[in-house]
Amino acid sequence: MPHTTYSSSASVTQAISRRRLLQGVLAAGAATGLAPVLSACGSSDSGSSTKSVSLGSNFSDAVPKKALQGIMDSFEKESGLSVKINTVAHNSFQEQINNYLQGKPQDVFTWFAGFRMQFFAERGLVGDISDVWTKIGGNYSDAMKKASTGKDGKQYFVPLYNYPWAVFYRKSVFEAHGYQAPKTLDEFKSLGNRMKKDGLTPIAFADKDGWPAMGTFDYLNMRTNGYDFHVSLMAGKESWTDPKVKKVFETWRELLPLHQTGSLSRTWQEAAQSLAQKKSGMYVIGSFVSQQFTGKDAEDVDFFPFPEVDSTVGTGAVEAPIDGFMLSKKPKNPEGAKKLLEYFAKASTQEAYLKSDPNNVAASKAADTSGYNPLQKKCADLISGAENISQFLDRDTRPDFASTVMIPSLQTFIRNPKDIDGLLGNIEKQKKSIFTS
Amino acid sequence: MASTELKKSPSAPRGRPRRTRRLSSRDRAVLGLMVGIPALVHIGLVWLPAFGSVLLSFTRWDGIGGFDTIEWAGFDNYRQIFTNYPPFWPALQHNVIWLVFFLLVPTTFGLFLAVQLDKNIKGSRLYQSAIYLPVMLSLAIVGFIWQLVYSPEQGLINNILGRTGQGDLIDWLGDPSLNLWAVLVAASWRHVGYIMILYLAGLKSVDPSLREAAAIDGASSRQAFWHVVFPALRPVNVVVLVVSVIDSLRAFDIVYVINKGTNGLELLSVLVTNNIVGEASRIGYGSALAVILLAISLSFIIPYVRSIFREQR
Repeated sequence: MPHTTYSSSASVTQAISRRRLLQGVLAAGAATGLAPVLSACGSSDSGSSTKSVSLGSNFSDAVPKKALQGIMDSFEKESGLSVKINTVAHNSFQEQINNYLQGKPQDVFTWFAGFRMQFFAERGLVGDISDVWTKIGGNYSDAMKKASTGKDGKQYFVPLYNYPWAVFYRKSVFEAHGYQAPKTLDEFKSLGNRMKKDGLTPIAFADKDGWPAMGTFDYLNMRTNGYDFHVSLMAGKESWTDPKVKKVFETWRELLPLHQTGSLSRTWQEAAQSLAQKKSGMYVIGSFVSQQFTGKDAEDVDFFPFPEVDSTVGTGAVEAPIDGFMLSKKPKNPEGAKKLLEYFAKASTQEAYLKSDPNNVAASKAADTSGYNPLQKKCADLISGAENISQFLDRDTRPDFASTVMIPSLQTFIRNPKDIDGLLGNIEKQKKSIFTS
Repeated sequence: MASTELKKSPSAPRGRPRRTRRLSSRDRAVLGLMVGIPALVHIGLVWLPAFGSVLLSFTRWDGIGGFDTIEWAGFDNYRQIFTNYPPFWPALQHNVIWLVFFLLVPTTFGLFLAVQLDKNIKGSRLYQSAIYLPVMLSLAIVGFIWQLVYSPEQGLINNILGRTGQGDLIDWLGDPSLNLWAVLVAASWRHVGYIMILYLAGLKSVDPSLREAAAIDGASSRQAFWHVVFPALRPVNVVVLVVSVIDSLRAFDIVYVINKGTNGLELLSVLVTNNIVGEASRIGYGSALAVILLAISLSFIIPYVRSIFREQR
């Protein structure tokens, strides 16, 4: 499951390994002894030969792991280099990234576009690949290039694929009740109320793990205040007590009665199941939701873009997180590593990858989309028609802010949507202390 | 503790004049190594990092770069934690609730079960194993098992109660006024077995003649238990107390599996993890939280250690 940053199966192993880690550490009251230990075990020796390249991968679930192995096999044949893949469970990889990059990371490693990429570029923990981009630039749209560029204007990232967030539904349910995909927030609301009358839960909703609700917030904010405001809010430049932000939460509060209750104890998979079982009508989620549908049901999945909230803002912004690859700071085999990065940028590579993992769409604009299934095609159209592409709240802002402030705050809002002022005041206070440190 | 036993054992037979027997130099070397090496390991792996944590708690550091990137922050982390970190006070409160609950409920129930099983009722072996079984599971697994019980739509309890509809379902793990108790029940399910086995072992070792004597003196079985047997269990009580305190302060896995310790399940250990181990990497901030947890643990452990030393003297 490469699409979501938190796959449930990975979180299982993660919780356990982390627990073991913590038992030793916490029992000793010595939480800080950790950093050197982790960085020491973060990597395996990749060999100094120029005939091999090492790749640190978080593609730990079966489908993406196999898909990646497949394209690496063809790379080995094509280039004569051997690739040593070191796969780490998705969540562990993410949690340990700081220590990993400061230890002995592999030559090339998997990561995400956006603030999270720029952060490491700024701290000098990753390698500049602007020279690679002079060769591969033609494969990508400007938006993709922008998403791969650090704050210093240099490129640090090679996109492999992305996947959009939207409002997903089952075609058969919409046909049976004669529903039309809503274009505006008002239509969205009245559709929701109609569904309620028809005995459906209008909007499936889950936020037990803290991240799925971020998608709804991102869209409401981008639809209400525009992409630029969203980005600068994420960068800590806007105040959370701004009336503009308050309006986002007020709109959300009006929508909450249409959401599935008990969301704080439901995983995104469980919410997807209620959509699959035709108990819920719609679901704001990423396209990876289609994994939860099997056989014929998978063809029944469709989506519409998140509706328009303000006609002066429109629906030009699309949330479509990009996954791809970065170069480590001191690769053992820089030439081989860059060759590998160029290979990832090829349309043919991405096509081959997506054949084995069809839940995403290729990042390259040169990729042949004729092999896509209808849903993939629609995803690709949505992304290519976007004026702006956001990554996702936890990829667009500082990780400490996302995890220690936004997760609890959004859950507090869902639990008690009344006190918006108090909530936003708290967020702003914590934001100040985090962003100034 | 090793050093106190060392002092004690040679003097034990005769009491007063200490260290009458001389150790050979070889004995001394061996003993020195046996005590010295663990002591060094202990200092190096426990006390040095703990001390490092305390130092780091006064700094600001994102874990990237060498020690020169660490900024001094004074008491700022602590000030932030106490005044500007909404999950902190709930976490502290939950740790205290956890502690009190663990001292009251599983302990009482475990003692009750132990007394029943001590009566050699039919099949007591079977009961014993059944009740003890959860102790073998890690708390993370206990968390998974109980999620199946508590899940709102697919869970056991709500299905038995027939409350799985949108309007009337009981949100055991999502409702912050319920979920801590739900989790405490799950954690106790495991802890009871542990307490039971401790008390059972204690009860088996109580000299039967004590009970006989009490019975001859005309005590009812209830009186005999509270006035004769229970006081004889004092060493077990102390162990149970310590075990419960430790288990409730280090509680982490079960809430982390359930919802990563948010939304009503905040605990200090989770906050430490969220700030340090995860991507957030607020090393100084997390260390300050760890130091607070350490201080709380010490406030329980120091009196215990002191009483142990006093007894041995």
